[in-house]
Amino acid sequence: MTETTATIPVQPRRGSSPRRLRQRHAAERRFRIYGISAIVLAAVVLAALLGSIANRGASAFFQTQIALDIYLDPEVIDPEGTRAPDTLRSANYQTLAKRALETRFPDVSGRSAKRALARLISSGTGFELRRRVLADPNLIGTTGRYWVKSSDDVDSFIKGKVSREAPESDRRVKDNEIAWLDVLVATGDLELRFDTTFFTASDSREPEQAGIWGAVVGSFLTLLVTLGLSFPVGVLAALYLEEFAKKNRWTDLIEVNINNLAAVPSIVFGLLGLAMFLSIFGMPRSAPVVGGLVLALMTLPTIIIAARAALTAVPPSVREAALAIGASKLQVTLHHVLPLAMPGVMTGTIIGMARALGETAPLLMIGMVAFIVDIPGSFTDPATVLPVQIYLWADSPERAFVAKTSAAILVLLAFLVAMNALAVVLRRRFEQRW
Amino acid sequence: MQILVLVITLLLLSTVGYELGRRRVLELAGARLRDLHSRPQYHGLYVALWCLIPGLGAAILWLVARPWLGRIIALPDVNGATTAAVAAIAGIAGLAMAHRRVAPPLRARIAVERIARAVMLIASTVAILTTFGIILSLLFESLRFFAKVPVLDFLFGLRWSPQTAIRADQIGASGDFGAIPLFAGTMLITVIAMCVAVPIGLFSAIYMSEYATPRVRASVKPMLEILAGVPTVVYGFFAALTVAPLFRGLGESVGIGVSSESALAAGMVMGIMIIPFVSSISDDVMNAVPQTLRDGAYALGATRSETVRQVVLPAALPGIVGGILLAISRAIGETMIVVMAAGLAANLTANPLQAVTTVTVQIVTLLVGDQEFDSAKTLAAFALGLALFVITLVLNVIALRVVRKYREKYD
Repeated sequence: MTETTATIPVQPRRGSSPRRLRQRHAAERRFRIYGISAIVLAAVVLAALLGSIANRGASAFFQTQIALDIYLDPEVIDPEGTRAPDTLRSANYQTLAKRALETRFPDVSGRSAKRALARLISSGTGFELRRRVLADPNLIGTTGRYWVKSSDDVDSFIKGKVSREAPESDRRVKDNEIAWLDVLVATGDLELRFDTTFFTASDSREPEQAGIWGAVVGSFLTLLVTLGLSFPVGVLAALYLEEFAKKNRWTDLIEVNINNLAAVPSIVFGLLGLAMFLSIFGMPRSAPVVGGLVLALMTLPTIIIAARAALTAVPPSVREAALAIGASKLQVTLHHVLPLAMPGVMTGTIIGMARALGETAPLLMIGMVAFIVDIPGSFTDPATVLPVQIYLWADSPERAFVAKTSAAILVLLAFLVAMNALAVVLRRRFEQRW
Repeated sequence: MQILVLVITLLLLSTVGYELGRRRVLELAGARLRDLHSRPQYHGLYVALWCLIPGLGAAILWLVARPWLGRIIALPDVNGATTAAVAAIAGIAGLAMAHRRVAPPLRARIAVERIARAVMLIASTVAILTTFGIILSLLFESLRFFAKVPVLDFLFGLRWSPQTAIRADQIGASGDFGAIPLFAGTMLITVIAMCVAVPIGLFSAIYMSEYATPRVRASVKPMLEILAGVPTVVYGFFAALTVAPLFRGLGESVGIGVSSESALAAGMVMGIMIIPFVSSISDDVMNAVPQTLRDGAYALGATRSETVRQVVLPAALPGIVGGILLAISRAIGETMIVVMAAGLAANLTANPLQAVTTVTVQIVTLLVGDQEFDSAKTLAAFALGLALFVITLVLNVIALRVVRKYREKYD
């Protein structure tokens, strides 16, 4: 006994000492903390990103409006009393709003003071009045209480973006204007009201008249083209590669190509669109059809890869059973494999579409950055899309556009969340485990 | 509109063709349905395709050849009506011919399937055509650029100030097209982005795959997916309006001058954008490491972190490196963040607090706005695009190869 213990010396090695163990456990804890802090950091950054945008953007959904008793003077609108649409259209409605303001503040005199007074309301007030009069010419000659938009400077001031205490020279809203605004607030004639213009109007140089509807329609038309091209082509290509193609050099080449295309920078697709579709094929600049085409080429790899994954997931037994009862190869694929793979294909397509919806860079290349006031009516009209609108507004010098930009981002994110949620629901609902 | 009229005309015609073909074969077969080689639908489809394809072909031919043919003989103008008419004539001719051929022994299914297969093959070549289109258009425009500016001046020049001369004798009329400052700026921003994305992405992936309970995973993964789904223009806005002023303010408070378009702000935000990219690839790769390796390490008494560091990470390293290479290629090609948050002036500097410009920023600034299409300025954008394409392509090919090689090891 004693001999054996002597031949195997039980020396406590450094590694098993309690101190060493403590060190190792401390290292373990540190390592775990690194991991947690990485995740927390990512979460904090995400929160900061969304928070800062929501914080900036929330105010843009509301707009300062001023109630005015406007007399729709027939002398100004329609002196001859013909009620001809052309006459009604060309009348100076802004004057009417200015007059109403001057009646509201009768003691304001002097040209510069009157001009300052007129600056309280948006320069687009006239258009709004014109729209109402054209809709109902019987309003002419009546006096009505209208809520008109304030100018963007007043709006920023009311929303507290500009401090009242700042020296007058640093403010765009001067002391006398503040006095008028205070009167309006006191009588309840100035309110922050929900801004419908933001959702119904198109781009404008004046922040208070700018809206996202034009960009939303542009995005919709563009995505329609993208979907119409990339979905059928993507699914057919995936079917061919997964179900029909023999493994040879040609299909290898296609595969490598698809994987590479998926990683090509999006701006390169824009260059392709510019050199190919615009200069060689002579397609129209800024048109949703070209934008859709470029985005379709860009999303194609995503859809093909997703569709192939969905097709591979369908077990071979399904194919063999169909073949065994005499279906042809194409019948097996179209009647049995594709319907079973469809949820996966759809999920991939929606995710690809969501990415296309958020894409900006290639569209800059093909001229979708133009300042477009009209709402696009067809695939060849000049248009812009939501992300490009965001980019354009982010570049605008007017302060109020910062809020508009953030609000547009919120709308874009809402669309993206909706699309991704739809993809998740589809996946959950129809996902089949074989 | 032209296309819509055409499509509707052809669709209507082929629907008629489908019905005619189906009815005719049923009529011919009468009671002896078993004599049919293919089911009646296939005869219908056969006729419909014989109407659709010649129709489309004729329309395309008409659109392409009309301007050329018009010079020889008098022809009506190209518009919606004539295109649809030409397509309809060809379609009806095809329809009539196919309709006559329809008979019970006709192998309609085989013919239809052959066409379907051809359509699929064409669809799958779109990807190759796209690559060709990209290479050709970039190469063609770049060659025109290199005819004006020597390749070596472009690749190794140290000054970048593209401009088109208004007068010939103007100072700097030719402009400088040395792309080194752009490459350096791109590198600087990419390095900053990677310094943010790799540690955060890698550590969150390690935590997710090795430590996190399924519940934590289920809540953290969507968060990373949201981070990945935010459009880049939003990141750009965040960088330009929140992060850059923040850094500027911080710099001012400690007395360092930070440019409002600093490389640091753009790079950091780009890093944030890439975090989910790095983490999801690393996560996948580490999950693919066989559990037996971990179990072996635990059996030897290793702690979890020791297992990760000495067993899982080395085993997953090729995949992670591949993922990082893909992330780098993404950072190099990223456009909107740098367009909105990085500078326009080409500074050759390694100071992250100064403004630098990148390849993608220059492509956008050179091409946005109306420009004549063959000035050196416009063409330079295509040369930059070509450089961008080649660099990212090389990175992608290496990365995909590394990832694939690694995958084969454990399958």
